[in-house]
Amino acid sequence: MSDKNKNVEKKIARDIKYRALLEFKYSAGKHASYFFQQLRDNKKLMASKCPKCEKAYVPPRPACPECFEANSEWIEAGPQGTLVGFTVVEFPFLDPTTGKTKEVPYGYGFIILDGTATKFAHFLDETDLNKLEAGMRVEPIFEEERSGNFADIKYFRKIADSE
Amino acid sequence: MGRKVAIVGTGQTKHKARHSDMNIVELINQAVNRCLENAELTINDIDAILIGNMEHFEGINLSDMWASDASGALGRCGMKITTGGSTGTSLSSAAYYYTASGLFDTVLCVGWQKQNEGDTTAGLVSATDPIWERASFAGAFGTFGGAATQYMMETGLTPEDAAKVAVKNKRHGRLNPYAHLHLDISVDDVLRSPMLAYPIRMLDLCPASEGACAMIMTHEDNVKKVTDKPAWISASVCRHDSAFTGDPPFFLDLRTLRSAAKEAYATADIKDPMKDLDIIELYEPVTWAELSFLEALGIGEGGKVGELLAQGVTSIEGSLPVNLSGGVLCTNPIGATAMCRVAEAAIQIRGEGGERQANHKVNTALATGYGGNWWSDLLILKSSL
Amino acid sequence: MKKVGIIAVEQTKFEAARVESGFSDLVFETSGPAVKKAGLTRDDIDQIVTASQDFWDGRTISNFAVSEACGSYLKPESKVAMDAAMAVFYGLARILSGAYKTGLVTTHCKMSQGPQNVIYNAVFDPMYQRQLGLDFVNAHAFQARAYMEKYGVGPEQWAEVTVKNKKNALKNPKAMDGRELTIDDVMNSPMLADPIKELDCMPVSDGSATIIMAEEETAKKLCDKPVWIKGFATYMDNYYFGDRDLAEVGALEKSAKRAYKMAGITDPKKEIDVVELTEFFSYQEPMWAEGLGLCDRGKGGDLIKDNISTQDGSLPINASGGVLAGNPHTVAGMVRVIEACNQLTGDAGEYQKDGAKTAVVQSTTGPCGQSQCVMVLSTD
Repeated sequence: MSDKNKNVEKKIARDIKYRALLEFKYSAGKHASYFFQQLRDNKKLMASKCPKCEKAYVPPRPACPECFEANSEWIEAGPQGTLVGFTVVEFPFLDPTTGKTKEVPYGYGFIILDGTATKFAHFLDETDLNKLEAGMRVEPIFEEERSGNFADIKYFRKIADSE
Repeated sequence: MGRKVAIVGTGQTKHKARHSDMNIVELINQAVNRCLENAELTINDIDAILIGNMEHFEGINLSDMWASDASGALGRCGMKITTGGSTGTSLSSAAYYYTASGLFDTVLCVGWQKQNEGDTTAGLVSATDPIWERASFAGAFGTFGGAATQYMMETGLTPEDAAKVAVKNKRHGRLNPYAHLHLDISVDDVLRSPMLAYPIRMLDLCPASEGACAMIMTHEDNVKKVTDKPAWISASVCRHDSAFTGDPPFFLDLRTLRSAAKEAYATADIKDPMKDLDIIELYEPVTWAELSFLEALGIGEGGKVGELLAQGVTSIEGSLPVNLSGGVLCTNPIGATAMCRVAEAAIQIRGEGGERQANHKVNTALATGYGGNWWSDLLILKSSL
Repeated sequence: MKKVGIIAVEQTKFEAARVESGFSDLVFETSGPAVKKAGLTRDDIDQIVTASQDFWDGRTISNFAVSEACGSYLKPESKVAMDAAMAVFYGLARILSGAYKTGLVTTHCKMSQGPQNVIYNAVFDPMYQRQLGLDFVNAHAFQARAYMEKYGVGPEQWAEVTVKNKKNALKNPKAMDGRELTIDDVMNSPMLADPIKELDCMPVSDGSATIIMAEEETAKKLCDKPVWIKGFATYMDNYYFGDRDLAEVGALEKSAKRAYKMAGITDPKKEIDVVELTEFFSYQEPMWAEGLGLCDRGKGGDLIKDNISTQDGSLPINASGGVLAGNPHTVAGMVRVIEACNQLTGDAGEYQKDGAKTAVVQSTTGPCGQSQCVMVLSTD
C-alpha cells in the first residue's frame, strides 16, 4: 500500500461518537417516600409488611411477592442486622446517581435487618476481608445531616460488643 | 398441547470484544444469514422475526425498528422481547410458543449485543433500583461477590473449586471457533488474576462481548422437509423472582432454577438428570454460578459439585459435559448470551459441534438462561420426541 | 384458531405526572384489582407478559422493577419491548400453544420522568438521522405532510379529530384531557413542526393497564361475558423514511387483511361496531382508519363530517377519547384493547355504543407507524 492510500485508510470513519444526556427524575413511590422520611427525621428503618404471611420487606414495596396482597402494614426494622454476604469491591465503576467513578476499595454487604425477610444491600465501613464474616452483627451509621435518601445511611459496621 | 416444535437451524457471528468492522445491523444480519444457511432456508420461508438486546448498552431505543431490514422483519411480523441476561432464552421460548400456537409456521429469533459501544457496567447498574441500589451495586460483580462469600461459607467450596470451572470452560472455549476468549489458563492463573470483589477475580468473571446468535424453529409437519436432524423442544420453563437484588437466596439456592427444573424434568420425563441428560449448557456469569446452578438442577447437591468437576465428569471427556461451547465465561454478548446456550444444545444434538462435539451421542440436552433478579429460563431439547 | 377470552380489564386514571407513584405502585394499582375482578388469585395466573420500555423507564430490564407488582414471583414472565398490544399478542400465543390456561398482561409508562426528545431521538440511527434532530413530533410532521399532499386530508380535518376526541373524553372518567375545543382553538394552537400543531399531539401522561385472559373453557367458567380475541396480525414496514412512501400504510393494510381473515370479517365497513385506534397525532386517526379499510383511501377526513366516527355515529372511533385524551406510550395499545372490551361487555358507561358485538383495535410501535398491529375482538 502506498503512503497516500494509508492516509485514505486512516480517514475512514469507524466509530461515530454519541453522547446523550439522559436525565431522569424517578418517583420514589409511596413506600420509599415514607421510608426515607422516617430515615431522615427519626433515624428509623421502616419495613412494609404483608398482612397475610406477615413477612416484612426492606426495601418496602407495594405488594407481597408470594401472596400478591397489598403490603398495608409497617413495622420498624432493625436497625441492627446480621451480615449474611459481603465483598470488597476493588474495581472502579461509574455511579449513575452521581455520574462519577466510585472510589475503591469499598465494602459491600447483604444485611438481614432484624424482623425482616429480605437482605438489604448497603456499604460496609470495613475493607479488610479478615475482619468480615457471615453471621456478624452490624448496625447502620447515619449521616448527621440527613436529606431523605439512600446516602443518609453512611454504611453498616460491626457492633463492637458482639466479639 | 399445541404443535410440536423443533430447532432446524442455528447461526452466530464470531463473538469478540469489538467488531469495529461491522455496525449493529450488519452484525445482526450476519447471524441471521448464517442461520438461514445452516437451515438451508431463505428469508421467504420465515413468517416472524423475534429480536432482542439490552437497549441501554448501545443507546438505541427501539433497536428492532432500525434492524428491521437486516433481521428480515421487514414485511413480516417483527417482535422485540427483552429481559436482560435471559433475553436469549426469552426469545427462544417465545419462538417456541408462537410456532406451537399455530399463529406462525416458521419463526426466526435473534439475540444480539454490541456492548462495547457503550458502558456495560453503567448499563448493568441501571438495571437495579435507582432509589435503593444503584449507589452500591457496582455492576454485576459486587452482588456476585457478596453472594459467593455466603455460598463458600455454607458449602465449604473454595476459590480453587471455582477456578476449576474457569479452566474447564476456557479449555472448551478454545475448541469453539465462535467463542470470544480463547485462553489457555491454569487454576493458579485464575487465583492470581486481579481481585474485583472478593472472592471474584478477573478470570472468574464473564467477558463483555459483541456478537449475535440466531435460531430457526418450525412445527412438526414442516420439520421433515427442512432437516433430518431436528432438535425438538421438549420443555420450556421460565421462573422470575421479586424486585430487589437482596430478596432471593442467591447461590445458596437458585430457587427459580430449582423450581423450573422440577417442572421441566416432569414434562421431559427426566428422572435422574445425571443419567438422562447428555450435555448441559449453563448460563454461568461467574465461575461460582456453575457450581451453584448445577446444584439447583439436582446435580452434585450438597457441595459435591466440586468433586464432579475435579473428576472431569463435566468436561468434554466426561459423562455429562457442561458448557462445551466454553460457556458465558468465554462469550458474553448479553442479548445473545442465553440464546448461545440453546443454540449450542441444538448444535450438539445436530452433531455440528466440530472439535467441541461431545464424545457420546447427544440425544437430550439442557440449556439455561439467567438474568434480571436471579431469574431462570430452562429448555430441554431432544433428538426425537 | 382456538378461542382465548379476555375476562378482566383494569386501567389507572391517566394523569400528566404521577409524582407520588413509582413503577410498581402504578402496576399494582391495576394488576391487583384485575386479578380480583377475574375472580382469581395469584396462584391461578399461569403466566405473565409485561410491556415497558427501558428508555422510557430509564432502567435496563424495566420489568425487573415490577416483579411482585405483576405477580411474577416464581412464575413465567416475559417483557415485550413494544406497544402493549403486542404483549397481548404474546400472551395469546402462549395460551394457544397449550402451555398455559390463563395469563396476565400488564404495562406501564411514566412519560413524565424522562427527557422525551432525547428518548425519541435515540430511536433514530446514530449515523444518518440523529444529527438531524429528529424527534417524535418532527418525524411525524414528514408523514402528516406526505399524507396531506397525496390524499388531500389536511389540517382542518385533523383539527376535527382533536375536537371530537377531547370532547369524547369528557365522558370518560379515566381520560386525562377531556375538554371542549373549537376548530379555531386547534388551528390557532402553536405550530410545533409544520403541519403539526400543539393540539394535534398526544399529551404527556403516566399510567398503567392490565388485562387477564384465559382459554375458552376457563374463560367461560370464570366470566359471564368474556371478550374473544378473534383475529390478530402484525407487520413491519421500512425504517428509513427514504425507503417508504410515508403517505402509505402498507403494514397496516396487511395486518388488517390478515386479522379480518382470521376473524371471518369480509366487509369491515359494515361488520365492525366500534374502533379504538392509536392516534399519537390527530392526522393518524383518518390515516389509520383508511388503512383499516373503514373508508376508502383519502376519505378518512370525511368520517366525522358524515357522522360516522363520532361518539354517537354509526362506527365510533375512539369514543373513549383515544390517545389524544392521554394515555402514555406503550400503555396506549392496551388501553385500546380495554376500551374495546368495555364496549363489548356493555361497560363503557356514558360512551357505550348500544349492542356493540365486534370491535377492532389498532396499535403501532416505532416512527411513523413502522410496526402495526390489528386485533379483532368479539362477543361470540
